[in-house]
Amino acid sequence: MSDSWRGVAAEDKDHIPETVSLLLRSRSRRLLGDLLRPHKRAIALLTAVIVVSNAAGLALPYLVKTGIDSGIPPMADGRGSGTLLTIVAAIVGAALVQAVTRQAFLQLAGRIGQDILLELRRRVFTHFQKLSLSFHEGYTSGRVISRLTSDVEAIAELLDSGFDGLVTAVLTLFGTAAMLLVLDVHLGLVALLPLPVLLLFTRWFRRESSAAYRRTRETVALVIVHFVESMTGVRAVQAFRREPRNQEIFERLNADYREANTRGSRLIAIFMPGIKLIGNVTVALVLLYGGWLALHGTVTVGVLAAFLLYLRQFYEPMQEISQFYNALQSAGAALEKLSGVLEEQPGVAEPPRPGELARASGALRFDAVEFAYGEGPRVLPRLDLEIPAGQTVAVVGTTGAGKTTLAKLISRFYDPVSGRVMLDGVDLRDLDEATLRRFVVMVTQENFLFTGTIADNIGFGRPGAPMEAVVEAAEAIGAHEFITALPDGYHTQVGKRGGRISAGQRQLVAFARAFLADPAVLILDEATSSLDVPSERMVQRALRTILADRTALIIAHRLSTVEIADRVLVIEGGRIVEDGPPDRLIEGSGRFSRLHQAWVDSLA
Amino acid sequence: MPSDDDDPDAVPGARQPSWRALWRLKSYLRPYNRVLVVSWVAAFLGIAAGTAVPLVGKQIIDGPVGHGDLGGLLPLGLLALVLGIAEAVLIFVRRWSQAGPVLGLETAIRDDLYRRLQSLPMSFHGEWQSGQLLSRATTDLSTIRRFLGFGALFLVMNVLQLIAVTIVLFHMYWPLGLIVAVSAVPIIVLSLRFEKRYIGISRRVQDQQGDLATLVEEAAVGIRTIKAFGRSRHLYEGFDETARGIHQTSLAKVRLASRFFTFLEVVPNVTLAMVVLVGALAVARDALTLGTLVAFTTLVLQLVWPVASLGYILAMGQEAMTSADRVTEVLDTVPEIVGGTEVIERPRGHLRFEGVEFRHPGSARPVLRDVWLDVRPGETIAVVGATGSGKTTLTALVPRLIDVTGGRVTVDGHDVRDLTLPALRSVVATAFEEPTLFSMSVRENVMLGHGDAGEDDVREALEIAQATFVYDLPWGLDTRIGEQGMSLSGGQRQRLALARAVLGKPRILVLDDTLSALDVETEALVEEALRRVLADATGLVVAHRASTVLLADRVALLRDGTIQHVGRHPDLLATVPEYRALLAQDADLDPDRALR
Repeated sequence: MSDSWRGVAAEDKDHIPETVSLLLRSRSRRLLGDLLRPHKRAIALLTAVIVVSNAAGLALPYLVKTGIDSGIPPMADGRGSGTLLTIVAAIVGAALVQAVTRQAFLQLAGRIGQDILLELRRRVFTHFQKLSLSFHEGYTSGRVISRLTSDVEAIAELLDSGFDGLVTAVLTLFGTAAMLLVLDVHLGLVALLPLPVLLLFTRWFRRESSAAYRRTRETVALVIVHFVESMTGVRAVQAFRREPRNQEIFERLNADYREANTRGSRLIAIFMPGIKLIGNVTVALVLLYGGWLALHGTVTVGVLAAFLLYLRQFYEPMQEISQFYNALQSAGAALEKLSGVLEEQPGVAEPPRPGELARASGALRFDAVEFAYGEGPRVLPRLDLEIPAGQTVAVVGTTGAGKTTLAKLISRFYDPVSGRVMLDGVDLRDLDEATLRRFVVMVTQENFLFTGTIADNIGFGRPGAPMEAVVEAAEAIGAHEFITALPDGYHTQVGKRGGRISAGQRQLVAFARAFLADPAVLILDEATSSLDVPSERMVQRALRTILADRTALIIAHRLSTVEIADRVLVIEGGRIVEDGPPDRLIEGSGRFSRLHQAWVDSLA
Repeated sequence: MPSDDDDPDAVPGARQPSWRALWRLKSYLRPYNRVLVVSWVAAFLGIAAGTAVPLVGKQIIDGPVGHGDLGGLLPLGLLALVLGIAEAVLIFVRRWSQAGPVLGLETAIRDDLYRRLQSLPMSFHGEWQSGQLLSRATTDLSTIRRFLGFGALFLVMNVLQLIAVTIVLFHMYWPLGLIVAVSAVPIIVLSLRFEKRYIGISRRVQDQQGDLATLVEEAAVGIRTIKAFGRSRHLYEGFDETARGIHQTSLAKVRLASRFFTFLEVVPNVTLAMVVLVGALAVARDALTLGTLVAFTTLVLQLVWPVASLGYILAMGQEAMTSADRVTEVLDTVPEIVGGTEVIERPRGHLRFEGVEFRHPGSARPVLRDVWLDVRPGETIAVVGATGSGKTTLTALVPRLIDVTGGRVTVDGHDVRDLTLPALRSVVATAFEEPTLFSMSVRENVMLGHGDAGEDDVREALEIAQATFVYDLPWGLDTRIGEQGMSLSGGQRQRLALARAVLGKPRILVLDDTLSALDVETEALVEEALRRVLADATGLVVAHRASTVLLADRVALLRDGTIQHVGRHPDLLATVPEYRALLAQDADLDPDRALR
């Protein structure tokens, strides 16, 4: 039971059984405890400071009372203002103590909060990077981004505003109650009479508002998704006359959001005046009963004044609590998700004791390898394959035949279910990440470019490479010409802001990057698909030289790529059905021969 | 122009937010005028009741308690009770009645914003990232909502409360009133100054968070590349540097806020001490009653929040003005592409480009110039050209996703600009290179332009596009796909987008390199099926590969923004060397083989 809810499993579920939600909460608490532990001492100090600060705050009304009761009579009797001055000095003193401690508290709490956030950001980021590709493929980048942005910010929000409010409210609550009872037991009890009502009312609000808040988040998420989708796909929307229907859907979602918001603000419209009502009724009760007691001389006017001041201090923070609940709730949800992510284990783990491999020649071996994605069907039933160092192998087959799986196993994005994949006789699972990536590099269709210059992006293949090496790599791959034709040459900004680079040019940069990395094994997965014919031809010419002294695995729909291969593998349903040099396969009568003929015909 | 990055403080002479945009948006509140009057009246009465309670307390202390008048206590106590209840009820009325107008305003503006955005042309959407538009539809609208709903009301209320209470205090005992009034001055001055600095530092944190988000996005989207090269460490260093930047700025923000909030508490407390001192002296001299002194202390504390929040509310108003500016900026953008009035009754699908020119605004070099092309009804023409030769631009002109800047495009002799947009876009269907699928069912995605298509039509379209795999999805055609549903491969997405385009048998079919992500065998099957569709329809097909070109009757070679050759594929292959260079893959790849 508990295992099936591990990690991020609960993220998409609308209804979570009670036991599981307890489990999730304890997981969040563990993470929180873990984050707070290094700050134990600071938190102890913080507690001391806040207690002093609140004590000083609570002393003020009491001092006012003393001023009225003990400061005025001596003066009225003509015995001078000494007592009053002492008391006023005490008030100023208490105010200053409160100020100093309060500032210390805010700064200390802020520092702890920010330290925790930094630690959390670092942890989650590192963990995401550690998790295997299989996780990322299922989890999608959108969710990674919201974990590290909006979720962390939700926690920041709580630390920023809510935390201080809560601590102050709780301490004030108890402190004030105690002071009221100390000042006068009877009047104090009357003043505290509405307390149970207050607690019940707050509990009611907390339940209702958490439901309302969740509904708001859900509805706004739908508005956002619909909005972003229609804007990113506006071309299709307009070309297919989808606008009226879209408008209809949007207005419905928007109305739902409004509905949810209305519910939330109506709740606050009940809660805030409700607290005020309880407070005001209490004040009236204190005036009535306190007045009656004062009339009989049981309490002094000063006590009455102190009560009025205390009650104000008491109820004001309670109103702030409505803000706090929202912050608490979204931070709680965020913490739940983040702890889930941190609980995920990388599917491809680092070896506990990495094997040694100082140099690799690039000899690859699949030894009885079986593979399936998760619980899915076997993609590779049982594969034995030997690729000698320096060979260039083209892999051909229909979509879903298992070509890309082969590539992902060699670059260890996945581990085989059984069997071994070996580089120079060493099981890939025994190599640490750094070693493996030094020898095996894969270029995919995606060829992602990072924010930065073209030179930075090529340099990504070998950080710290001198500029000459970067230019050399670009020249070798045939990218130098288009790069120098750009406005800032190698220093042209690309990535998000510089959208001026075409898909084909991106691919050339990705090739140069891989070439600079200088691996023993190079895998090209559909890497030439977005090049137009002249560029593809250029890349292929370059590849002949580049691949001369290294092992290469080339996966392509287009048979043109096969021209440079020493060997062709035709894969069908995860099995190698044909294997041999291209010329021999073409002369035969198998699948590859037929494919090749169809391709030659298409060129005519 | 998008102005997200503009910092109004940093850029001298930048557009200063004005009340005008905000003032205009208030017209959205018109339907709620009555409710608004109710809530404002409730607000004023609420202040009056709240101020009256301490005064009743004064009466109790000075009257019944002072003179031992038991009979006077009960009525006054009950009055305090009634006033207290009235205050709470009035606050309730104010808050409850505010929700309708304020949320109504937000919702209505958002609807209008969305409507306007849908009608704006591609040239607009090309300049704006969807994230920028989203922040206008969400963050900016909430800012406006918060200010018009609460900020504006509190601004007026707080000022009134400040004035009212100060008058009451002066009236009760002027020296004490003076002390209180004077103590409000430093708070107001400082909170104004604080807000300015606080907003500056908050913006900096926001900017840094934006930078961090960019890094996170890259690390997430580029995870394959990062893993392929084993560069997590490298990425982490950049991330960590920015995260530490946020840490530093946030600490500065904490320090600033802590100083301000402390100050905010010290001043009233010191004022309280002064009130006690001066008040007690006055009581001793019988210049002041005890009850007045008690009322004073309560009223002083009541003033703290209205005074302190002034700066906050003014800052909120400033932000709301900026937001209103950003929202009206979009609402005021006039759609450049609007439909004409004509409708073609029986479209034949005769497509002509007549001396077409297209250039991006402000660009000297045209993307297309002097393009003449005649596609007869039922004919298919392939457009071939190197990357950047203007092929996609050419196809976008037909359904008027963009408009020509010279010449004209006609369908059956009508200038496309004279046709209504729905009429034109139901004659022309396009399948784009980057297939756009939405988070909805497969069926809805395919039926995007044809809500009335039958089950058989959908099946036929799916078969043509070789997309019948969708029947094997968990819920068949009702399976949700896209961002929140099943993810499909690039080839699968392209086939669905193609099915969408061929559904409803459009007279003119535009295929913008629609088959690039398909493998050889699927591509052959799709082409076979398309051949049948294109036999009846007029086709404009952008092609990179020889196999796609074979779908067409004739080929147009696009070079440097204009059509240089039109002819049959074998003829062009034989006579035009550039064409051969573009399409013949084995041309000089292997000289030996070519000779053989």
